[in-house]
Amino acid sequence: MEVFDHLMQGFAIALQPLNLGLVIFGCALGLFIGAMPGLGSVNGVAILLPMTFLVPPTGAIIFLAAIYYGAMYGGAISSIMLGIPGASTAVATTFDGRPMALQGLADKALITAATASFIGGTISVVLFTLFAPPLAAVALAFGSAEEFALMMLAFATFIGLGGDDIPKTLFSIFIGLVFSAVGLDIISGQPRLVFGDIPGFLHGINFLVLAIGIYGIGEMLWTIESSKGDVKISQATVTVRRIIDDLRTLKDTFKSIVMGSILGYFVGILPAAGATPGSLMAYGVAKTISKHPETFGKGNPEGVAAPESANNAASTGSMLPMLTLGIPGSPTTAILLGGMVIWGLEPGPMLFIEHQEFVWGLIASLYVANVFSLLINVGFIPVFIWVLRLPFTILAPIIFVLCIVGGYAPTQDMHDVWLILIFGVVGYLMRKLEYPLAPAVLAIVLGPLAETSMRQALLISNGSFMVFFERPISGPIMAAAIVLFLLPIIKLVKDKFRTRAAGN
Amino acid sequence: MKTLCKTAVVPVVVAAMAAFAFSGIALAGWEPKKPVDFVIMAGKGGGADKMARLMQSVIEKHKLASKPFIPINKPGGSGAEALVHLKQKAGDDHTIMVTLNSFYTTPLRQPGLGVDIMTYTPIGRMAEDTFLLWVHKDTGINNVTDFVKAAKAAGNKWIMAGTGKGQEDQLLTSFLNKAYGLDMKYVPFKGGGRVAKELAGKHANSTVNNPSEQLGFYEAGNTVPLAAFTPDRLPLFKDAPTFRELGKDFVYFMQRSVVGAPGMSKEAEAYYRDVFKKVYQTEEWQGYMKKKSLQGEFLTGGDLKAYWGREKDNHQKMLKDIGEI
Repeated sequence: MEVFDHLMQGFAIALQPLNLGLVIFGCALGLFIGAMPGLGSVNGVAILLPMTFLVPPTGAIIFLAAIYYGAMYGGAISSIMLGIPGASTAVATTFDGRPMALQGLADKALITAATASFIGGTISVVLFTLFAPPLAAVALAFGSAEEFALMMLAFATFIGLGGDDIPKTLFSIFIGLVFSAVGLDIISGQPRLVFGDIPGFLHGINFLVLAIGIYGIGEMLWTIESSKGDVKISQATVTVRRIIDDLRTLKDTFKSIVMGSILGYFVGILPAAGATPGSLMAYGVAKTISKHPETFGKGNPEGVAAPESANNAASTGSMLPMLTLGIPGSPTTAILLGGMVIWGLEPGPMLFIEHQEFVWGLIASLYVANVFSLLINVGFIPVFIWVLRLPFTILAPIIFVLCIVGGYAPTQDMHDVWLILIFGVVGYLMRKLEYPLAPAVLAIVLGPLAETSMRQALLISNGSFMVFFERPISGPIMAAAIVLFLLPIIKLVKDKFRTRAAGN
Repeated sequence: MKTLCKTAVVPVVVAAMAAFAFSGIALAGWEPKKPVDFVIMAGKGGGADKMARLMQSVIEKHKLASKPFIPINKPGGSGAEALVHLKQKAGDDHTIMVTLNSFYTTPLRQPGLGVDIMTYTPIGRMAEDTFLLWVHKDTGINNVTDFVKAAKAAGNKWIMAGTGKGQEDQLLTSFLNKAYGLDMKYVPFKGGGRVAKELAGKHANSTVNNPSEQLGFYEAGNTVPLAAFTPDRLPLFKDAPTFRELGKDFVYFMQRSVVGAPGMSKEAEAYYRDVFKKVYQTEEWQGYMKKKSLQGEFLTGGDLKAYWGREKDNHQKMLKDIGEI
């Protein structure tokens, strides 16, 4: 049991007083960073990176990893409470988390999110501990064709998300894809849709700008209109008894949590994918395998459990290509990678051999970070609930300020703030006209990944689409995606046939 | 509300601590009056970003500046966004930028931006990054002659992975195509780390990575450097000859420089020059240069401008050759 020995050594490092303190502080800080719309783990880790010069490298990465981890827990908080995803990884959590909060079940949604995150995180760290080297080979075998196939699968798992109105769903997807095309095209090197060289469009339309606009500003406008000034206070309460009851009913979501954890972990280890597609796919799959898919989007706890377990699992997963291949699996791990350079550590295949103390200290600290994130998160639930009970007239201006600051902070560009406001109004109008919004958000997240990988693969294959089907890994994934795409059509035909048969 | 206050308190405390730490220093002459915008002409996690954050850490660790340097990434349009941002900040004493070779290529490719890099304030060239030609170990290729033979046989099925279009990697690829009569296909990926992985995973046949990007795979024995685009052999890769030795007089570097907004005051220019000269001399920076096989003296003022002038002409010629402008 070599692995076990390494892990024990790792725990000896992670439980040193300084490192333990850093984990706890990092988790708490990460929780709030994740909960703030727009701040997210990427910015949190980037801002705090220079501070880590004060401690040894192992302590530094433990601290930053704890922030990353805590932020994954925290992202769910604003998704559930305010309906604004705190980070792209928490988009899927809003789909059911927000309706639960509106039904007065915010405490249950928060506990489900925290527990699912904990289980997802733990399962993935165990997988990481046991299978790191062979999985690094899988990540390496993933080329552009495989990446595109995976994106198709992600789109396919979401086919049912838009509801029944297919033309409106298609419109929503396509408008999202158009937005995702704005900015510099990496293949041709040309700027696209920049409207006469408006500099703000050159960096593309950030996912967060769209999400904050639609979910933050748009939701607020919607609430103002639908309540017609007569603003009711959310009926959220929390007692120890309710928490215990909530925990008892959690077993119903167990299947979704385990599925989300494993799926999230595998998507996370693939370079370029990361936690966002992982959590979206987990949501889609949970809905597909559920006995009551129609309750999704209306406050089904499984719709919170699946993406939350997946995004934590994926954040652990994305550490794998970072450590073993030196390739970031997510934007946050890209910054962590930069940190390793500053501390003088060379990520790559040799890291596990030359810096065992560092690697296993980090892995062990992930176990510890999971436990503390859960405790801190559950401990703060009464505070979150209290915020939710604030009158809307007080909450709305706070949300508005958070939206604007969150949109401005990452790029420090007023251009993005104006875009948020425009998207807010457009999102509100789309909602009024009953266009589903989730497909647009999905498209802007997955669109650029899918487009780039498809064009790279086609360049390599001289334009032959067979490249997606011939290769041993991408072939089966594509086949699965196509089956999923066809499923609703098959069902539709079957239903028609049945009604006709019944009519006769 | 309590949660909101808590989140607000953390940065305030951090800022207060930083202010306290810096309050002890008082240098003669000009000093920044507010935090300095440290623009990075590339995305988070890339080579330029890593280097900028290393500089920032060194500045903070050795307390080389009286106000913090705040990194902001402006990767849009291969650096076009950052260049325009600096142009709009003309005359500003608190905006500086970390730059690379897209400093030359982007304004040449996009004349509509109206950017003249010769107006930017030269602060310091911190290093020049080097390039090598890499293949996977399993190809069995370990010299340029075998490489040329294999690439010729494969024709346009030979995949060269690189970062971005009309940038360093493509310029080097087109040099190789021309010099050896090859027809390699150039496929752009996002970021040098990703390119390195494409080679290690055998999705590409060759790359022209910087040493820092391939080092991990090289040390693990996955990839082999065939030749270097430098005047002399690199100490880290003694077995790889230079293209000059092989009879092709071609040398190419990537600058890692710090520039200021156009029209910056002479006093501020002197201040930043001083700060970055000190950064250059630190043990951390020198160690990093050695480890990542970086080269180049610290250049500043007129020397740096003259260097830009030469490099700009050079890039104009190369871009014309491949039909990008």
